[in-house]
Amino acid sequence: MSIQTQNQESETSKISEIFKKYSAYFQASPLVIVLFIFAVVPVAIILMYSVFIFDGFVTRPGFTFTSYIDFFSEWSSLLNLWHTARIFIITWVITLVLGFIISYFLVFDLISFRVKVFFFLLTVVPFWTSGVVRMTSWIPFLGSKGILNSFLINIGIVDEPVQFFLFSEFAVIVSYIHMFTLFMVAPLFNVMARINPNLIEAAKDQGASGFQILRFIIIPMSKPGIIIGTIFIVALVATDFTAIRILSGAQSGSLANSVSVAFFNGFYPIAAAQSVILLALLLLFVGGLMRVVDIRKQM
Amino acid sequence: MSEITKKVNSKVSRRSVLKGTAAAAGAAVGTGAISGFPTLWAQEKVVLRSVGSGVSHIEPWQKQAEKDLGIKIEMTALGFDGIQNKILTQPKSFDIAEPAGNQMRRIWGSPAAKLQPIEIKRLKHWDECIGMYKSSMKTWSDAKIGDGQHPAKVLYNPGKKKANKFAKAGGSDYLTFMPTVHNADTLGYRRDLVGYEIETWAEMLNPKWKGKVCLQAFPDICMMDLAMAIEARGDIKYGNKGNMTKEEIDKTFVILNDLKKQGHFRAFWTTFMESVNFMTNGEAVIQSMWSPAVTLVQTQGIDVVYADLKEGYRGWTIGNVLAGHLKGKKLDAAYELLNWQWAGFPGALFGRQGYYAPTPERTKKFMSADEYAYWIDGKPTKDGITSPFGGPLAKPGDVRDGGSYKNRMGNIAVWNSEYDEFAYLVKKWSAFQAA
Repeated sequence: MSIQTQNQESETSKISEIFKKYSAYFQASPLVIVLFIFAVVPVAIILMYSVFIFDGFVTRPGFTFTSYIDFFSEWSSLLNLWHTARIFIITWVITLVLGFIISYFLVFDLISFRVKVFFFLLTVVPFWTSGVVRMTSWIPFLGSKGILNSFLINIGIVDEPVQFFLFSEFAVIVSYIHMFTLFMVAPLFNVMARINPNLIEAAKDQGASGFQILRFIIIPMSKPGIIIGTIFIVALVATDFTAIRILSGAQSGSLANSVSVAFFNGFYPIAAAQSVILLALLLLFVGGLMRVVDIRKQM
Repeated sequence: MSEITKKVNSKVSRRSVLKGTAAAAGAAVGTGAISGFPTLWAQEKVVLRSVGSGVSHIEPWQKQAEKDLGIKIEMTALGFDGIQNKILTQPKSFDIAEPAGNQMRRIWGSPAAKLQPIEIKRLKHWDECIGMYKSSMKTWSDAKIGDGQHPAKVLYNPGKKKANKFAKAGGSDYLTFMPTVHNADTLGYRRDLVGYEIETWAEMLNPKWKGKVCLQAFPDICMMDLAMAIEARGDIKYGNKGNMTKEEIDKTFVILNDLKKQGHFRAFWTTFMESVNFMTNGEAVIQSMWSPAVTLVQTQGIDVVYADLKEGYRGWTIGNVLAGHLKGKKLDAAYELLNWQWAGFPGALFGRQGYYAPTPERTKKFMSADEYAYWIDGKPTKDGITSPFGGPLAKPGDVRDGGSYKNRMGNIAVWNSEYDEFAYLVKKWSAFQAA
């Protein structure tokens, strides 16, 4: 072995040492770059706009907290927040119950793996159409002359079309449940599928009732799935402004809707400040959830 | 040993190759090599990127312009809010855009909107333009000027450079935008369900139509409709319906919140098709509509009337703005397109949907005598009218709703407007939705 190769070797080993030392950073860098471009930069721009000066028509660069003060001094902002929270809670409870039942059925009631996967894939079927179509399809169903109302009138339950089916918070929540339940099913299915069947067998052998198994094994072990599903649902509900506008006939408010009204009218600083507030609230909520359940530990 | 080194080396080199490709791809994206535009076959032709509304940005318009002018038009059809956002946030992304007159305080007033004034000298058909856009602000001496933001008030730019403010009507040789289409809007109603002719805006608030009234979800348009109805019913006498004070806005929203609580309004629409569907699927009996939406419902055989109300109409104008970056050959082409807009073909194309162009004499040349008599003069048609969407629209002897051009555009009670208190209005609007 010549000296030259030895030198070369030590050099390469130096390089590989550097690689080894910082390999974690190198491996993380693509994600960091992507997150920086698609998450940090836009949020920074929104933050910047939120302190710009808005004179009622025109946005000018500057520094002021007027848009934030405006938000907190308006009764309607609180109302919008309350609407967002209320719609989220109702949607969350229903999607959670549905998601839990569906996942439980898929994991524990079905035996063949193939059948399980087949049924799981069935839950994805609604996603073969676009979200707008899925949402709009509720209009002919729930409308005054819609399928549901015609049916109810035909069988004589009501005499006049039920108005609150469409262009109401009810319609909005129905469409949310339709569109978002899968986001609860998927993580719950994933988590439940990992529960060792022997554990349940063992519990049964010890004389545990079905309810006890559910209460002390399945629910606690499904927690990470519930949390992930909740994060999905809160993010989807709190940021939607299309379904709420179309299905409430622009007669229901939410924070995201208020952002979109401000944005589409060209009120950028106001829209930006409200977006920042929405983002902060979402982060607080998700952060709080993470404290309750350590997802990493549980996965 | 050297074998291993080699392996390591080759590994490193493969990695660097990968990196290299990624970098190259990134660079390609960065420099705009992948721009998505088919520039190859358009090399000789000037390409104009036009962002406009569904009113004008339709295929026949694009095809004819390309044919007549020998240019290529890349058109993007958006809602007016989308057009405004493009102008304010991506001024380089278009060459010509088509905002509405009731957005000009926000658009022309903003330094972020990098636009250039339009030189009247270069508009070939300026002399034939209707008087509404000139210093008198009237096409006919007995025409109403109307409350609010008459388009002529935001049409002139003081001087050659964009001043971010307006000169008075006729007070300059430079325009902020070149009007393309205007119209008089009113309520549409289902005659078959109402059973009589509606003659006043107050009918919109008639408790009889509870749960069957639909409106537009744009505060700078919807407030005018509501003000017309509230004033017609005698609840409030506004100083200026097109420029309400804070107190007037507050009073109006007290009435509106009350109506909302009673379930008077069925829904508020944001797209043209929504308004058409509300009429056809029986959600609405009476609603604020656009003229072609009425036409579209009528072609489906539903008896919808675009009401001719005694208090008058709500007027609007849309037009073209020129991007600030246009110069040389492209600017010339843009002016050619502007001149073509007033040369007759677009006027006739829009006219068949119930709209008006600012050069009616030119429109005349591109319509048959019968069409012109029906659409513009408001006379009965001799041969019947075919809808631009296909299918028969009017039988021989039918008259268009609202009558003649003069009866409609001469009776504008209020224009789509941006109030001085517009920011306050939008805040209240948001609260009204949440209420």
